[in-house]
Amino acid sequence: MGAIITLSLLGILVLYLGLYKAKNALLPVTLIGLVVALGFEITAWDKGTTPIYHGMVVFDNLALSFSILCIVITGLILLLSKEYFRAISSNVAEYYTLMLFSLTGALLVNSYHNFAMLFVGIEVMSVALYILVGIRKSDFNSNEAALKYFLMGAFSTGFLLFGITLLYGATGTFDITGVKEYVISNPQTISPLFYGGILLVLVGLCFKIGAAPFHFWTPDVYDGAPILITSYMSTVVKVASFAGFLRLFSYVFVPLHDYWTPVLLVIVIITLFMGNISALMQTSFKRMLAYSSIAHAGYMLFAIVAIGVDSASGILTYAIAYSLASVIAFGGLILVKRAHGSDQFIAFNELGKTNPLLAVTITIAMLSLAGIPLTAGFIGKFMMFHVVMQDYKIVLLVLAAINAAIGVFYYLRVVVHMYFKSADEGAVKVSVPLNFKIVFIIATLVTLLIGLYPDCILSIL
Amino acid sequence: MDSVIQNIQGIPLNHYLIFCSVIFSIGVIGVLIRRNVIIIMMCVELMLNSVNLLLAAFSAYRGDASGQVFVFFVMALAAAEVAVGLAIVIMVYRNTKSVDIESLSKLRW
Repeated sequence: MGAIITLSLLGILVLYLGLYKAKNALLPVTLIGLVVALGFEITAWDKGTTPIYHGMVVFDNLALSFSILCIVITGLILLLSKEYFRAISSNVAEYYTLMLFSLTGALLVNSYHNFAMLFVGIEVMSVALYILVGIRKSDFNSNEAALKYFLMGAFSTGFLLFGITLLYGATGTFDITGVKEYVISNPQTISPLFYGGILLVLVGLCFKIGAAPFHFWTPDVYDGAPILITSYMSTVVKVASFAGFLRLFSYVFVPLHDYWTPVLLVIVIITLFMGNISALMQTSFKRMLAYSSIAHAGYMLFAIVAIGVDSASGILTYAIAYSLASVIAFGGLILVKRAHGSDQFIAFNELGKTNPLLAVTITIAMLSLAGIPLTAGFIGKFMMFHVVMQDYKIVLLVLAAINAAIGVFYYLRVVVHMYFKSADEGAVKVSVPLNFKIVFIIATLVTLLIGLYPDCILSIL
Repeated sequence: MDSVIQNIQGIPLNHYLIFCSVIFSIGVIGVLIRRNVIIIMMCVELMLNSVNLLLAAFSAYRGDASGQVFVFFVMALAAAEVAVGLAIVIMVYRNTKSVDIESLSKLRW
């Protein structure tokens, strides 16, 4: 709870710092606040398995591990933001504040124990993001992305709420333990309202994680938003939504496994093919990453389709690998776009010669996203495939292997452009500022560390 | 308060359920087929209000206050959402001079 309070107060403090024109203090204060919040989360480790505040929130290890991941990734993204925000607008404090508020919502989604908190968390997380997506007020693409995100977000909230209401109608409680007890105590006489509720909540959450067929907003929004905001959306928001998804399905709906698994299976297969085949046809790096994030949502849903004891640590590993690689990829894209003014693949031409270190870092990120051994992405994919294999869902496994192969193709296209294609107009030197170097080093080291010693992450949950 | 609950309970719960589902469906269909952003937002409100009504009905039938408290959560957050949403619509209108969703189709693959 300390972390949530710290972050919401920090948001207000940063807003005041902006008011009193303390521009240079914004980033340090925000980072210190994040470290304090991180400290609260780490000290609460292994302590609270009972829900607190009248059963509203619970800080078990599942919630804490995902919260720590969200805070660390936000910290890395904010480190990248040093000159980035200043180039867009003169009022920088709002960016930090809105991101902190959104992070507060993400932590609530990670640790809810009552549907009211799930709803409040998702809304706090999304409403701040609607503004962030549209923060380039005169940029047409940013406008369009904000409007689409807002309309789709509000629409999906409606589904989520109707689902929660039906669950309430069937069980008479919003507490997830209460709902779970209802499912266990009346296995034969579960009200039809409850089944409808499960489906509607599933639809609402699939909108949030961007799983097909509810993914149509994702590419446009990710493409139109400022790159840093896109990286925040595709990492922190997605990770938090998955934690919420996981808690609901692994804790409450497990006894009704036979009912929702077929629905989710169809969603997973459509998501994988939509994401990967669309990503294959992109010429823009940013849009390719948007489609690949849809595909990654599909892989992460594996752990929920075949829910079991390994699901939580599988999703956590995958989320860590995916988030770190995404931060590197979007960071690299910011630098390349700054130098070339374009986010197409051809802007990456000859990067291997002009800036070998950046090229190597992006290559490692791409290999991790593609799931090549010795990177964290491989361990994540291995965990997911392993979970499905235990459940003998062979068809799903074959389809996933085909998709992983397609994935390798489009991720390595960037690598090909960096090393084997020559730039038409003379090579432009891409310079890497210090803050980007720090983030790249941290993210690359952790990616390789998890790839080489996966036990350090698999044993914590 | 008791008479209100008795009035609510005078109507069978199924009627509330059907009524709210119809309003919710009208909202969903409206979001999907209308092209004017303001009307789409009104349809989203329709969806949320049908949820509120259903929550109040369930709450009265079960004699459990938590459903009505949830209604306040929904109303407060819906208001916050609409405030941000209208700001976005105004921003879009300043750039495009239109609130038609078709004017926003630049991002395509």
